[in-house]
Amino acid sequence: MVAAGCGGTGRELAAYSGPDGLDGLDFVTRSITLDARMGGPGPRVEEVPGGLVNAVGLPNPGLEHFLATELPWLVRAGVRVVVSIAGSTMGEYADLARRLSRAPGVAGLEVNVGAPDEVGVGLFEVREPYHSASVIAAVRREFPADRPVLAKLRPDVSRIVEGARSCHEAGATAVVIGNAVPAAFPDGRSGGLSGPAIAPVALRCVAEAHRALPDLPLIGCGGVHDLRSANAYLDAGATSVQVGTALLHDPTTVARLRADLSRSHQEM
Amino acid sequence: MSEVQGPVHVAAEVVATKRIGGYRHLTLTAPGVPERFRAGNFVAVTVDGHVARRALWVHRVRASSAFGPTLDVVVEVRGTGTAWLAAQPVGARIALTGPLGRAFALPKEAVSCLLVGEGYAAAPLFPLAERLRERGCAVSMVVSAPDEARLLSALEARRSARSVTVLTADGSVGQRGTPADHLDDLVRRSEADVVYAAGPPSVLRAAAGAAERAGAWSQVAVEVPTPCGTGLCHGCPLSVVGEDGVDRVVRACAEGPVVRGDRVRWDAL
Ligand SMILES: Cc1cc2nc3c(=O)[nH]c(=O)nc-3n(C[C@H](O)[C@H](O)[C@H](O)COP(=O)(O)OP(=O)(O)OC[C@H]3O[C@@H](n4cnc5c(N)ncnc54)[C@H](O)[C@@H]3O)c2cc1C
Ligand SMILES: Cc1cc2nc3c(=O)[nH]c(=O)nc-3n(C[C@H](O)[C@H](O)[C@H](O)COP(=O)(O)O)c2cc1C
Ligand code: FES
Repeated sequence: MVAAGCGGTGRELAAYSGPDGLDGLDFVTRSITLDARMGGPGPRVEEVPGGLVNAVGLPNPGLEHFLATELPWLVRAGVRVVVSIAGSTMGEYADLARRLSRAPGVAGLEVNVGAPDEVGVGLFEVREPYHSASVIAAVRREFPADRPVLAKLRPDVSRIVEGARSCHEAGATAVVIGNAVPAAFPDGRSGGLSGPAIAPVALRCVAEAHRALPDLPLIGCGGVHDLRSANAYLDAGATSVQVGTALLHDPTTVARLRADLSRSHQEM
Repeated sequence: MSEVQGPVHVAAEVVATKRIGGYRHLTLTAPGVPERFRAGNFVAVTVDGHVARRALWVHRVRASSAFGPTLDVVVEVRGTGTAWLAAQPVGARIALTGPLGRAFALPKEAVSCLLVGEGYAAAPLFPLAERLRERGCAVSMVVSAPDEARLLSALEARRSARSVTVLTADGSVGQRGTPADHLDDLVRRSEADVVYAAGPPSVLRAAAGAAERAGAWSQVAVEVPTPCGTGLCHGCPLSVVGEDGVDRVVRACAEGPVVRGDRVRWDAL
């Protein structure tokens, strides 16, 4: 599965996806907001040992434009589109979910309730597990029950079990652990750390959440770049994994992993 | 979707290296890349042990050589990535993606073109000059640099261009000065219909301004740091004004790196 914000508009991946193209690819869009956002100023991404610090600022064309242009293209290409949504109020999340429930070809939603600097980018603040749970509940009410709603949480080991439990109780089909880790650029600006450096952190969160909530489907995300790092999450109890930063380093990563995983008879 | 056009991700191999002045020139085989290349495209390379990719202009492609099709890049050592690249010996393998980005738009008719480049970034103007010459365009070139060591291929420029102006900031070779000092005059003398520029923002801005004042079109090749280079991360913001007059932020690696000079919001660069 392609992690939010690391697969461009989806089209860019076509060149690197092997003979089957994008057909059957599980793709999470970058987070879509109701209104268009230009994103933050540069530099948006900086390299640090083992990863990247990013403060991209959720650039996206807004829901309307996304529905008119990007989504139809992805659906035609056979992509299983999970739309990541982000809002500044609970009402915005509900609105996004309602309008996406009517859009043909949306396989599911991923609710971004764990951005590394949500206040900085103007998103609904999720300090406590009940904050994220209430967002999930609002989204679940508006989105058909037969299609998944994923809750994406930050990999904070001190809160992850509580967070995953409350999102599950609020109706999340599965929980994605996790987002980029809150961090700072060398110049002090807020951002999120991603890449191999955070894999052990997210892995610990997956393991703890799985121990406490063995029936809740978990999706591991953070530093996956090869079969071994993917299997670490699957062994810790995740049912699948998402790939973000590794795609920025090598755009063929997902195609390669899909082939490797299907060869080892596991699902991605 | 089996015949997807566009870039490929391959293991490139260094087949020749040469130090020329302050730069390291690398000749690489990269199956599929030279064949797809158009002037103004760049390639993204993986630096061992680093997550972010480094972008490099393509200085030349050869359709055939003893090694098959090859491409040349020019490296100026500034940090860890470029130091690593410059140290790669013949036989080294480098993960390379390309060709990437929008190429220079070519005029439909045989018009006069002025090409302005500074430092290593002048690299994409050389394949451009050849394309333009094949189309019967009158090509004038300005090759500039802070000093002689960073002057890129001035001799080669004379092969594709009708007239070549060499500028160095310290006056070590050619005329003293920067493109900004000379561009209005050069645009006028070359009677350019199109100005193409590649270099740091100051040069691009000067070229776009001089073109606009002379009523010419301009195309500029912009460098914005590219974490991925492939359009995936939205980490390379470039502020532009759209056809509709509305401000937009686009991905320099995907909607650029070549854009119309009159569209760039220079103050944001
Ligand atoms: C479209 C494009 C074409 C380029 N073509 C060439 C070329 O032909 N020859 C050449 O020598 N260099 C070229 N560059 C710059 C090159 O890509 C390097 O990224 C840059 O020189 C810094 O790399 P470094 O690892 O040596 O420096 P470091 O300081 O170690 O780099 C750290 C990080 O900052 C980024 N970065 C810092 N400065 C720049 C910059 N000015 N531009 C882009 N990224 C930067 C790097 O990509 C890296 O992620 C080009 C850049 C772009 C965007
Ligand atoms: C450049 C960039 C942009 C991102 N954009 C989003 C986004 O829009 N929404 C979101 O939920 N996560 C976003 N993320 C977080 C990733 O989806 C992922 O959760 C995180 O980077 C950890 O996984 P990784 O180590 O595989 O990258 C982004 C990450 C990066 C590096
Ligand atoms: S560098 Fe990643 S989108 Fe341009």
